[in-house]
Amino acid sequence: MGSTSAHNGEGLGRRDLIKRSAAIGLISVPTMGFLSACASSGDGGNEKVEKGTKSDKNPLGVNESAPLEFVLFDGGFGQQYAKDAIKVYETNYPKSQVKFTPTQKITTTLQPRFNGGTPPDLIDNSGAEQMDMGVLVGQKQLADLTPLLDAPSIDDPSKKVRDTLRPGIVEMGQFEGDPVWIMYYAYTVYGVWYSQKLLDSLDAKYPETWDEMLAVCEKAKKKGIAGWTYAGKYPYYVPFSLYPMIGKVGGREVLDAIDNLEPKAWEHPAVKACFEAYYELVKKGYILQGTPGLDHIQSQTAWTEGKALFIPNGSWVENEAAKTMPADFNLAVSAPTGIDSSDKLPFGTIWASGGEPFIVPAKAKNQEGGLEQLRIMLSEASSKNFTKSVKSLTAFNGGTDGIELTPGLKSGVAALEKAGQNVVNPRLQDWYVALQKEKIGVAGLGEMMAGRATPAETIKKIQKYADEAAKDSSIKHYKH
Amino acid sequence: MQHGKYRFIVGFLAVPLALYALFVIWPFIQAIYYSFTDWTGLSPEFGMVGFDNYSRMLDDEVFWKSVQHSLTFAVVLPLVTVGLALFFAFMLNVGGRRRKGAAIAGVRGSSFYKIVYFFPQVLSIAIVALLFQFAYNPNSGAINSVLKGVGLGSIQPDWLGDPDLALICVMVVLVWSTVGFFVVLFSAGMASIPRDFYEAALLDGANRFTTFFKITLPLLWDTVQSGWIYMGILALGAESFAVVQIMTVGPNGGGPDFSTIVLPLYVYQKAFRDGQAAYATTIGVALLLVTLAFAAVVMKLGRRERLEF
Repeated sequence: MGSTSAHNGEGLGRRDLIKRSAAIGLISVPTMGFLSACASSGDGGNEKVEKGTKSDKNPLGVNESAPLEFVLFDGGFGQQYAKDAIKVYETNYPKSQVKFTPTQKITTTLQPRFNGGTPPDLIDNSGAEQMDMGVLVGQKQLADLTPLLDAPSIDDPSKKVRDTLRPGIVEMGQFEGDPVWIMYYAYTVYGVWYSQKLLDSLDAKYPETWDEMLAVCEKAKKKGIAGWTYAGKYPYYVPFSLYPMIGKVGGREVLDAIDNLEPKAWEHPAVKACFEAYYELVKKGYILQGTPGLDHIQSQTAWTEGKALFIPNGSWVENEAAKTMPADFNLAVSAPTGIDSSDKLPFGTIWASGGEPFIVPAKAKNQEGGLEQLRIMLSEASSKNFTKSVKSLTAFNGGTDGIELTPGLKSGVAALEKAGQNVVNPRLQDWYVALQKEKIGVAGLGEMMAGRATPAETIKKIQKYADEAAKDSSIKHYKH
Repeated sequence: MQHGKYRFIVGFLAVPLALYALFVIWPFIQAIYYSFTDWTGLSPEFGMVGFDNYSRMLDDEVFWKSVQHSLTFAVVLPLVTVGLALFFAFMLNVGGRRRKGAAIAGVRGSSFYKIVYFFPQVLSIAIVALLFQFAYNPNSGAINSVLKGVGLGSIQPDWLGDPDLALICVMVVLVWSTVGFFVVLFSAGMASIPRDFYEAALLDGANRFTTFFKITLPLLWDTVQSGWIYMGILALGAESFAVVQIMTVGPNGGGPDFSTIVLPLYVYQKAFRDGQAAYATTIGVALLLVTLAFAAVVMKLGRRERLEF
């Protein structure tokens, strides 16, 4: 090297190399350019298939020979349930073929297709790479699911599909006005999950007030067990028990104000009380050592190994942690512990809502097919199949008769019964994804739970994020 | 013989230049164009918004954090990586004790070390990031286990979960995975330095330190320069994106309290998570400017008399 590389014009001079390397380094810009090239590319290929004839067996008017394309998020619930439902579709419409694509890369797979105007017919838009529903709705990319909801149900043609669903499911799929954009298929119970066996071994019962909670944690600590752990890398799991606790302590209005991004919503005394309660867990050393550096799987594993007593999570955890969960773990879920008897809502107030959002794109070729596939999935048989195989409830109300429920599921059903009307449903996580996950979750609660910020600082920070989101004109805003 | 020379050159260059224009220049222009729109990336419809994205970017706290981290990467990583690689390469090639018959030699076992250093280079950056993610696991990871094993159980940092440490943790991984490449590069450069120079220096009684600064480094300067820029661009672009996205905390990476977010990652998040593709291209334009500025600064600083030998 040295001399040989630099003689006039021979070989590769330093300057050329610099220029070339500069070009290499800029790869991210051209990449964006490629993507943008798609934006201007044609709108070819989105001719819709012709509608079929409506009949009692085919109330949505599905074209019997049109192909259907179905993209599913292959996550905690796996893909078998969808495959089973597809078999039913293919039996009902033997001339049609279903192209099924399970993937974890929802955005990577589908964003270019939405952009090009050729999206698939049915999508389970879920997981870490979920596409922002607010943007999709705002850009008129989704089909209204009202025809599906008004279609007769598979099990009882005298009933509409909408009458067979759990309360709140239809409303969750709305943003503003009547159209229903999203069909949440799973029904998730959020809360504090624990091993009944471990709790029994401590000779304790699930605490209803915060003093009791601290006492239980102290007891556990003496035995070398941490009170809590959570997905430290994804601290937006903490709200699964924290938000309903805020609702219990201060009433539903507090949560609604937070969802509506009202000024000073986070400065409500109930929020402060709950933040301080959680911070006390940190300060007293009741959080499993190293938790802030664990991801959801790692923290769940530590928890199933009995290193920690409680974990805030959703009902998918029973399926997701099945591999490491001992057979006699005796999984249970409880509504969050409150502060004391002066709380606005009784103990049992829980967060439960739809999960696994299914959408039918507005530009889908075979919209009716997508809707029909959803109708099949919402039948009692498919719903039971889902509940049996992945241990989670579905949007279909009931569908648990005659199935032997697993411990976690049974406990979830019991918790829902106990909650009665006191089910809360904070919407931040589907209305404002970035705000909820990255700002409130990671930058706010994550720092507080790692003991690096006080509740007062955290509230101030989160309020600032919420105010920024409220002012940001590039985000679509929603109200309760 | 000058006749037809340019036609000849143009004939050869036309096709590559056209390809370059189509696949590199044109996307740049398009990206800049889209930074003036409100395109979401989820639908083909958009309108022009003028400089809105730019003024928003200047007010965006997270953007400034990512600029700051990207610049830290671009300054610190080349310094550490190239410095370490120079040291290793020198020891492997020149730094050994004199043995009979050889004026210069590497330390004992240098060919083995060369392989060891180069080994991380054959692993994909994604694998490296995943491996280190496990090692950094505060609960059961290798690093904290070793600390416990040697009796330092009271020191159990959260590593990637700690905003003060996360950025350093990520940089260490990048250094680990790239230093081997530069060791090999510099070794090749050193092999072409005439041995007589070293022999003469030895006769004059120069020690290793002087040999390095008076002979090796000046004669290797061109290589070091290229390595410097290459590493800086690596640190601004793809590699930093990969390690940060895979290793660090948060929904799409970015660390606790945005402590490791870098420009390419922020572009990705805005485009593919938040459905704000136009804003993402705006940040991409900022990344372009930062990279160009980096290259310009290094070229300016690195201008030096060429040594002929």
